[in-house]
Amino acid sequence: MTDVKCQISGTVWQVLVEVGQQVSEEEDLLILESMKMEIPVSAPRDGVVKEILVSPSQTVQDGQVLLRLE
Amino acid sequence: MFKRILIANRGEIARRIIRTCKRLGIETVVVHSDADMDLPFVQEADEAVFIGLAPAYASYLNMDAVLDAAQQTGAEAIHPGYGFLSENPAFASRCTGLGIVFIGPPPAAIVAMGEKVAARNLMKSVGVPVAPGTANPVSTPDEAVAAAEEIGYPVLIKSAAGGGGIGMTIAENADKLRAGLKTAQSRAQRAFGDDSVFIERYLPNSRHIEFQVLFDSYGNGVHLYERECSVQRRYQKVIEETPAPGLGSNNELRQQMAQAALQAAATVGYQNAGTIEFIFAENGEFYFLEMNTRLQVEHPITEMTLGLDLVELQLRIASGEPLPLQQADIQPKGHAIEFRIYAEDPVSFLPQPGPLTLYQPPATSEYVRLDSGFVQGNTITPHYDPLIAKLIVWGETRAAALERSRTALTDFKIEGIKTNLPLHLRLLDNPAFVSGNYNTSLLK
Repeated sequence: MTDVKCQISGTVWQVLVEVGQQVSEEEDLLILESMKMEIPVSAPRDGVVKEILVSPSQTVQDGQVLLRLE
Repeated sequence: MFKRILIANRGEIARRIIRTCKRLGIETVVVHSDADMDLPFVQEADEAVFIGLAPAYASYLNMDAVLDAAQQTGAEAIHPGYGFLSENPAFASRCTGLGIVFIGPPPAAIVAMGEKVAARNLMKSVGVPVAPGTANPVSTPDEAVAAAEEIGYPVLIKSAAGGGGIGMTIAENADKLRAGLKTAQSRAQRAFGDDSVFIERYLPNSRHIEFQVLFDSYGNGVHLYERECSVQRRYQKVIEETPAPGLGSNNELRQQMAQAALQAAATVGYQNAGTIEFIFAENGEFYFLEMNTRLQVEHPITEMTLGLDLVELQLRIASGEPLPLQQADIQPKGHAIEFRIYAEDPVSFLPQPGPLTLYQPPATSEYVRLDSGFVQGNTITPHYDPLIAKLIVWGETRAAALERSRTALTDFKIEGIKTNLPLHLRLLDNPAFVSGNYNTSLLK
């Protein structure tokens, strides 16, 4: 299991994947917004989306777990 | 002149407007969100009204809340600053409808320049050059590809409803264009509430040069010379300077561009301060990019070389005074550079919200000006843009201005978050930047 964490404080703009989806390394999983900028969060490795812990327009903090890969 | 105005903005620009108002004896009211409670602009205004939560739509973009605050505090006029409601014609109209002066152009001029495709067509029809592009928005991938074949790759997909480089996507070929169209449309929808996009030829290695204009309500207009804004990342400006190194001593070209800018503004019945942005291409041609129908972030460099206060001029024009100066009176002196100090990583350019545990700006003087939105102890939140401050430096020559800039930037100490101060210092050692022979690809 790999936790995908937020690197920056901001809000969630788009969640691009669904639970159960196979993703490959560097694929964008979701897009955050901070300071009027879009910041894509990509998969650190190949895997399957196990759990998504955030939803669009939710505020997120630096270090917060956004989703889990298996 | 007004006795009391409301400033519908925040941070450095709200403070900058307050400064001029204080000097002119005008009372100021500011509106603010809960995230900005502790910022200096809230303290420095004569009155502050809390209007909503941190997200901009709940506060600074909330027209009802801003207008209520203006009415409750007896403000005669509203200065919108830049961004937020500054280029929103519905807001300008609602001000007028309530008998409040909108410090800016008439709503019709905002509309004429705000619809980017219509503005391009209008400019073309009056002889202001525009880059090759579509005469209508495109909506399907097939339409986009057909248009691009005619225009020639690479192309830019741009939002038709808003400018400022927001949501722009470059496509080098048909595949990328098809793929990029949807992203561009969704960005446009999100940024401007309208997903229309159009296609324009992308001109690599070009420079961004803009002209400041000023029109009163009686049809008199002057230009206040140019600003070069070619140091950009993600199509957003980082450093601006005047005179433009890209124009050098080519005063004939400078005059041509100035006349095109005046023509562009006059065509839409412009009033107050505005800026015509041009792309200055490698082939030596210039093209109308867009008009910013408001005060520009980088206006202080123009103030430094001309010895004018643009906010004062805006207030005088909005209160019905005629232009107090003629073209021949406007003679720029020396060279001015603005460094935008951003809360962002100096290498990746990623935003860096967080606390300013140490904030020690350089000493200011008649040559070094600081327009800052924050003081030590404040926190930069993720809700708004990353601009912390603008450092504006003047010199007799460009070389003198650069040398003075090095001292000022070195003396600027910020701790608690990463900023782009190291990037500015690196640029002062970058041969292309120092020579003045650079273009918008400098930071790419």
